[in-house]
Amino acid sequence: MGIPAFTAAIKAGTSGIRHFPELESLQFSCQLGGIPPVSEEKKRDYFTELQLRNFNSSGILYGVIAGIDALADANIEFGGDEPLWELGIIFGTGTSGVDKFREAIYKVDDHKVRRLGSTTVAQTMASGISAHLGGITGAANRVTTNSSACATGTEAILMGYEHIANGNATQMLCGSSSDHGPYVWGGFDAMKVLTYKHNLEPTKASRPMSASASGFVPGSGAGALLLESLESAEQRGATIYAEVLGGHVNSGGQRNGGSMTAPNSEAVKRCIRLAVESSGILPSEIDYINGHLTATIKDPVEIENWCDALGRRGADFPYINSLKGMVGHCLAASGSVEAVSTVLQMKHGFVFPSVNCDDTHPEISKLIASECIPKKKISAEINTAIKASFGFGDVNACVIFRKI
Amino acid sequence: MTTEQIYVKLLPIVKTYLPEDVAADEINPDSDLTGELNINSAHLVDIVLDVEDAFEVEFANEDMESLRTLNDAIAIIHKKI
Repeated sequence: MGIPAFTAAIKAGTSGIRHFPELESLQFSCQLGGIPPVSEEKKRDYFTELQLRNFNSSGILYGVIAGIDALADANIEFGGDEPLWELGIIFGTGTSGVDKFREAIYKVDDHKVRRLGSTTVAQTMASGISAHLGGITGAANRVTTNSSACATGTEAILMGYEHIANGNATQMLCGSSSDHGPYVWGGFDAMKVLTYKHNLEPTKASRPMSASASGFVPGSGAGALLLESLESAEQRGATIYAEVLGGHVNSGGQRNGGSMTAPNSEAVKRCIRLAVESSGILPSEIDYINGHLTATIKDPVEIENWCDALGRRGADFPYINSLKGMVGHCLAASGSVEAVSTVLQMKHGFVFPSVNCDDTHPEISKLIASECIPKKKISAEINTAIKASFGFGDVNACVIFRKI
Repeated sequence: MTTEQIYVKLLPIVKTYLPEDVAADEINPDSDLTGELNINSAHLVDIVLDVEDAFEVEFANEDMESLRTLNDAIAIIHKKI
């Protein structure tokens, strides 16, 4: 957690996946998950004792930590007495405050609605994360929460980008967050989209692009980027990781192969192509792809879509990797956590190892050269990177970053 | 319980909800909890829940409406214990 530790971990290919006895005792098929460790002491670096009273929302915890870290890293002063009219927040989530909601449901059913206290609403509303961040920072431009399943984080970046590009704000804190635990992950376990084959070897479980990929490992957490105009960043002498060149968000209409749970490949390709077009670049300029690549049997289809959309294959294909091999699928948080990993690679000139895909899927090997998927960390200059996320509901989001 | 005993037991409950810029020594029996001590009005319900736990009483909706100061709380508690 935090930028230096995260950078070191992704360089080293460190897995954050662990076995959770609670999931085993609840008879989950997949008893693994990715949960960021947050000590009681660290919580107090971000929240007051009063805020932590009866606090039980991991998504808000992660979102606030990521958001505040991003603002601090960008050297932005916040939290003063006056509203910050030029700072806005788009902080997405899939579902928020699930553990708090469970607590509330038990009390209501027990005829104790009056015992819910004053913070149940703020901890369980979807916009709880943007609302908490708004209160801590004083952000007074648009402060909202988007939700597009696993595309949420990437979509948030594009929403913030558009808001600034349209002249409506100077700075936008863009991120997304996902709660952890059995009540968020249970539905995925029931759908049999999680792997049940690696409960005894957690760090080997999440296997994007591997022939032995057998479902994803659920993760949680949050990521955040601070977007602003170049002038605004330069005036403050802020660390600039990359420029957002453009992007695209669309849906496959749940038609032509698309459904609630599967993407319409035509829409995926269209989303990538239009992202490239809106950025005013050629597909040949792309050095690196941060894939969605969840470690299900659909990974080869995603690679084929990238090949078709960019018109590049074999040794001509860009570098590609998936952070999910290390942290699992952080669901609504995945897009923003992975976008953070993307800009860190650009800033520091490396491509992190795609762990657990030494046995690359043969369908993928037919499409792209093995060197395009680094198994060990490599040093590489990434000038142009593309990141895509695809979500339930057949929704897609794709953003393009350029080093400056 | 004497008024003094109730007051001593109420003080730490109220302190928990004070904003950071209000010192605990500003609390007195007649301070308006939201108006003078600047306690977020949403937290009044939390104060009541803590008081209920501490004194093993239950506040009615009407009690909540009449609660402005610690003295109000003491009067309500006196009636209930």
